[in-house]
Amino acid sequence: MSTDVSMEEVERVADLANLDLEADEKPRMQRDLNAILGYVAQLSELNTEGVEPMAQVSDLLDSVQDSGHGADLRVDVLKPSLDRAAVMSQAPDTDGAFFKTPKVIER
Amino acid sequence: MTDITTKESLVEKPATIASLREGITSGNIKATELAEHYYARIEAHNPFLNVYLSLTKERALQQAANVDELAAKGNPLPPLAGIPVGIKDVLVAQGAPATAGSKILAGYHPPYDATSVARLEAAGAVLLGKINCDEFAMGSSNENSAYGPVRNPVDTDRVPGGSSGGSAAAVAANLAVATLGTDTGGSIRQPASFCGVVGVLPTYGRVSRYGLIAFASSLDRVGPFTGNVRDAAEILGVIAGHDPSDATSSRLPVGDYAADSEKEVKGLRIGIPEEYFGKGLDPEVRTAIETGIDSLRAAGCEIKPISLKHTSYAIPTYYLVATAEASANLARFDGVRYGHRSPNATNLSSMYKLSREEGFGPEVKRRILLGTYALSAGYYDAYYKKAQQVRRLLAEEFLSAFADVDAIVTPTAPTAAFKLGEKTDDPLAMYLADIYTVTASLAGICGVTVPCGATSSGLPVGMQVLATHFGEGTAFRVARAVEAAQS
Repeated sequence: MSTDVSMEEVERVADLANLDLEADEKPRMQRDLNAILGYVAQLSELNTEGVEPMAQVSDLLDSVQDSGHGADLRVDVLKPSLDRAAVMSQAPDTDGAFFKTPKVIER
Repeated sequence: MTDITTKESLVEKPATIASLREGITSGNIKATELAEHYYARIEAHNPFLNVYLSLTKERALQQAANVDELAAKGNPLPPLAGIPVGIKDVLVAQGAPATAGSKILAGYHPPYDATSVARLEAAGAVLLGKINCDEFAMGSSNENSAYGPVRNPVDTDRVPGGSSGGSAAAVAANLAVATLGTDTGGSIRQPASFCGVVGVLPTYGRVSRYGLIAFASSLDRVGPFTGNVRDAAEILGVIAGHDPSDATSSRLPVGDYAADSEKEVKGLRIGIPEEYFGKGLDPEVRTAIETGIDSLRAAGCEIKPISLKHTSYAIPTYYLVATAEASANLARFDGVRYGHRSPNATNLSSMYKLSREEGFGPEVKRRILLGTYALSAGYYDAYYKKAQQVRRLLAEEFLSAFADVDAIVTPTAPTAAFKLGEKTDDPLAMYLADIYTVTASLAGICGVTVPCGATSSGLPVGMQVLATHFGEGTAFRVARAVEAAQS
């Protein structure tokens, strides 16, 4: 594991995360990311060859007991959705039916 | 801030649910008067403690009036009739503001109820208001709230813990009989320990997450804070159970946890993992926990030393898994559908970036960046996949341990409550406050933290009782025995 995050990488990751960091935030984030990544690097000491990644607790439970919990499908029946007016009332900009945003395609 | 109240203890133990239920049923206590009493206490102490972010008084008094009407007619009352409760502000209640402790959600009024909140109210509970927490439940001291920190009622110069610091402080100061919090890496257990109250981490899937503003979906749990073990068992019994709106909620039947909590512990095998008593554990906390273990031995438990040798890898694993999931979950806050939209945006891309930059606080940005980094091309295998593999090792280690013991007891946190401002400049030091709680989070098992003595300066110490998946009954039973030995 590399533990040396450059300023360019901080900027690239911020861009991926849609965060427009202020100039004075960047050095601090770089320092903190390097400290945290330096700490998590200890995981590389462990041999995990052949260990199946665990994404969900249900992965584990289904392998040790057949108790039927974990994800299942809901019944496919019609039921009312949230009231559109209540949802739209919370939008920063709306015409009542759609969410409005600044222009998406620029020419 | 007034100097007069700074050192005064604001601790007051809430009446038990059973005693309030008896009073309300017999007509000796009016639910409306009880609610008004709590609002008066909140008015007196909230400006200083900063526990409640918003109050739901109209809704509360309506619910209380309904309870009084039922009681006056002599009708049977639901199990939590008239019980004043508060909920962490990451759980939504229709029409009440929901902030998640963040500026990005300022002014947001969600259009539906969280399942856990709906179940409390269906059981007759009176919702007093929404409670302060670290922003998006990210923190261990409540100092990451955009609405200011909560003070610990035991010592108001100290933090209440986090992220559910307000929910713990509310019960400690009797600003609610019970509260709901959420726990992703220790956010119920650690503040309960710091404030001297009972807190419950239910098994993953035991309580619906519907209506919980997500932090890390494979880790997030909803659970209660109360003044005593039996009340925690009663509240969990109400909020637990399958919910079609949460596909990860379990269909296993919900136990009678209150009855379980009263069973004797004689013959139970209690594991003591050596890794939880090593370097970094405050000696006074160690002494308090050892005294608690002695009381279990005296009650007839078999105390067995065990080893959970991967424990030291839990914090790095947790901070990779949790931040990766957070970076995905928090992508939804983009200024389109709800919450803050930057007035300075000129196009879609700048609307996303500026809204998020202006709306999120520093710790949330830090975790989004870390998670995005761990998931990004070239680093995924080294960080995220590796962490998921270690997560399985940690979980399987617990399962092996539970083949030989019925419960595992540890300190809940390595220290008692620390001072406000003590760790705010060092994120890594703050993360280590979760060192004894994150492993259970990763494994999905359940636990109860129960007050277990105090340090020489009177700060509460919590004992964490862990049990295997869906073993809540056993965790309550052991916690109750520790509680009984304290009095």
